[in-house]
Amino acid sequence: MKILVGVKRVVDYAVKIRVKPDRSGVVTEGVQHSMNPFDEIALEEAVKLKEKKLATEVVAFSLGGPKSAEVLRTALAKGADKAIHVQVSDDEAGKLESFHVAKTLQKIVEQEKFDAVFLGKQAIDDDSSQTAPILAGLLDWPQALYASKVEEGGSGHMKVTREIDGGLDTIKVKVPFVLSADLRLNEPRYATLPNIMKAKKKPLKNIPIKDLGVDITPQTETVEVTEPPVRKAGGFVEDVSALVAKLKEKGFVKA
Amino acid sequence: MLSTLSKTARVSQTRFLRLSHSAAATKDVKPKKAPLAAVDSPSFVMNLFRGKAVTEQVFPYPLNMTEEQKETLGMVMSPLEKMLIEVNDVVKNDETADIPRAVLDQFAELGTFGVLVPPELEGSGFNNSQMARVAEIVGAYDLGFGVVMGAHQSIGYKGILLEGTDAQKQKYLPDLATGRKFAAFALTEPSTGSDASSVRTRAELSADGKHYVLNGGKIWISNGGFADVFTVFAQTPIKQADGSTKDKMSAFIVERAFGGVTSGPQEKKMGIKGSNTTEVHFDNVKIPVENLLGKEGEGFKVAMNILNNGRFGIPAACTGAMKHCIQKTVDHITTRVQFGKKLEEFGNVQEKLVEMISKLYATESIVYMLSSNMDRGIKEYQLEAAIGKVLASESAWLVCDDAIQVHGGMGFMRETGLERVLRDLRIFRIFEGANDVLRLFIALTGAQHAGKHLAQQASGVGGMISLAVSRVTGGNTGSNFGQVVDSSLQDSAKALDQQIALFGQTVQGLLMKYKKGIIDRQYEMHRVANAAIDIYSSAAVLSRATYVIKNKSSSADFERKIATYYVEKAMRSSHRYLKEAASGEAGTKVSTIESLAKEVCGNGGLTMQHPVDL
Repeated sequence: MKILVGVKRVVDYAVKIRVKPDRSGVVTEGVQHSMNPFDEIALEEAVKLKEKKLATEVVAFSLGGPKSAEVLRTALAKGADKAIHVQVSDDEAGKLESFHVAKTLQKIVEQEKFDAVFLGKQAIDDDSSQTAPILAGLLDWPQALYASKVEEGGSGHMKVTREIDGGLDTIKVKVPFVLSADLRLNEPRYATLPNIMKAKKKPLKNIPIKDLGVDITPQTETVEVTEPPVRKAGGFVEDVSALVAKLKEKGFVKA
Repeated sequence: MLSTLSKTARVSQTRFLRLSHSAAATKDVKPKKAPLAAVDSPSFVMNLFRGKAVTEQVFPYPLNMTEEQKETLGMVMSPLEKMLIEVNDVVKNDETADIPRAVLDQFAELGTFGVLVPPELEGSGFNNSQMARVAEIVGAYDLGFGVVMGAHQSIGYKGILLEGTDAQKQKYLPDLATGRKFAAFALTEPSTGSDASSVRTRAELSADGKHYVLNGGKIWISNGGFADVFTVFAQTPIKQADGSTKDKMSAFIVERAFGGVTSGPQEKKMGIKGSNTTEVHFDNVKIPVENLLGKEGEGFKVAMNILNNGRFGIPAACTGAMKHCIQKTVDHITTRVQFGKKLEEFGNVQEKLVEMISKLYATESIVYMLSSNMDRGIKEYQLEAAIGKVLASESAWLVCDDAIQVHGGMGFMRETGLERVLRDLRIFRIFEGANDVLRLFIALTGAQHAGKHLAQQASGVGGMISLAVSRVTGGNTGSNFGQVVDSSLQDSAKALDQQIALFGQTVQGLLMKYKKGIIDRQYEMHRVANAAIDIYSSAAVLSRATYVIKNKSSSADFERKIATYYVEKAMRSSHRYLKEAASGEAGTKVSTIESLAKEVCGNGGLTMQHPVDL
């Protein structure tokens, strides 16, 4: 099984996000970036499958500006064999949507003949959660979303356990398929210095977006980005009946 | 590392005694030996002692990491930090006085223990600046762990890296770089602290010439309890040209597996409790001759080289610790309210915060200047490294202390995490060169250098007169600050130039007054050293600020202000110290100090009558 893993360069989860004064977006200049945590999990699963001899090759992919190469090199240090960087300008990168990413992935899959595409369930900057299902639709492949366990399924299938609201849902998907990784799928390994050194020798291919013939014209327009409303102070009540009265007053409970 | 109390000053003293006899000689005393030629030095600090501003090693700021080095460093910083938070438990390490081997093994996998070893020998091939950044991160989270790391790679096996033969490097470095084996530096003995060459441990060549037999004991050896490979310093009898034998110190690579090597129980310490510190004993240990490190009899040079080379790690770790303390301070003062205002709004609190930041800025500027200079091949940096170590360890102590103060009662509580940092930091002023002794080393080495030049200048026709003239006219530092320092910092640069001139004059005056007796003028030497620290740190600060302004960094404005703040204070301090050192009253003061101390010591205790007279 040849697995393509999508990784995205996002603002690091530990950073205190600030909205730009012109409210067109959040501040990303000079701010710490790293690989999307769910993508790390997707990558780890692919590398684990390779170690179990269920996969033969793991290729990391990123659609983004020049700095996305850093995330790809981290992916190589964490076990990917090769990396593909489909590069756009920083400006264009800021306006990319899941649909564009899915279209690009589709082109790569068709060109290089992959058996599976592993993605994080969502990116922590836009939380759109769309790339995996859109890609499955474009490729007409089965999808296993919110995966929390991946096992051999026998006769050209993989058995995937998924976390859904009601509990766990176990399905069998025929290869080739699309998978999106959820939090509890695995614990990603650290990129060790020896592996970082080895990664320098692994191939990183750069493909300009126009070579793939994908139209990245935005379909949506961001009107405004604002901070969430400041949390108003609460109040203390004397006892339960006072609490119930207040709740009725505010319309949270039917009078 | 606890064993490495300063070795350098005492030897400096004896060397100075022998040489100064010829150095500051007046015309009526004939030197017993031919005066040693005065050598020129490119070191900024060395030249201070001649009142010269030689800036080639200070301007422009020498930091020069390639994009690739920065990227590799960046890639390892986040897993390192994650592991320091998730895998290492600094509170538990302190409470149990132990860092579990399983934790060390995980860090070993990350590559933390072979940072400077070349990739061919399973290391990461980092340069000193990258190493400094790693040490900084570790210092911010767990100084005890930092000492385990430092005792292992900064001094424990550094000797093999610097002086080892290819065979020794091949044999030992891969295991040590990967943490499969651990190393320790074994120099200190019960009767050997700062006086390094007085070791009593002996290594004698066997009859068949194939082994040295090692006997003796070391104390306060960091990693002593679990290290497999020790760099041991012992006396070896060396045959002299005239047939006699003389004891000289040699360095050896000793494996615990050789047999006869035992380590004692852990010492109970004030801080860095996670670091293992024990006695190590050698009982007829057979060392194969191939394990001699460097040349026979050259052990002292090997020891000094190792300590000097690893010294920058100390200020790097202290920088990290200071940043941690400052962050906690900011978190506290921006939330805590008293008297209806946030603490950050009070002038005293603001001043404390800015003092902390300026100390950090100076230390950090020196760390990366020092590491970058080492990276570009500069060999003479011992004075700069010594200053870095003294300034960093004392600044960190004060910053942590102030952070605790700002936190009020909470600062005193274990859960805030600052009292542990303070306990951990205390040792940094003692080991790896006790600060008091390092100060003397800085002052006397510089004075010796200046003394040689003075003697050269004084000899020859009209020499003494030209000296007298240059003293009266104040001398010219020859500085190029006008060109190398940014225009917005010229006032600070002028003040720095004045202090450099005053420094040179003060040293010259002391040399002419005391000649070789300057060795015993600890009162003056201590103050001269403090002024040197003020001046070098100010130069480093101005260099960094200029670099940052030139690169139009987003924090250029802030750094300009903090640089100006620091230099103003440092120059006032330098002035005060130099005036004290040159003062005519110094002699009387020293006599008073001497007699007071003599009375109390002679009495074996305080001699003062109690006010209540009971």
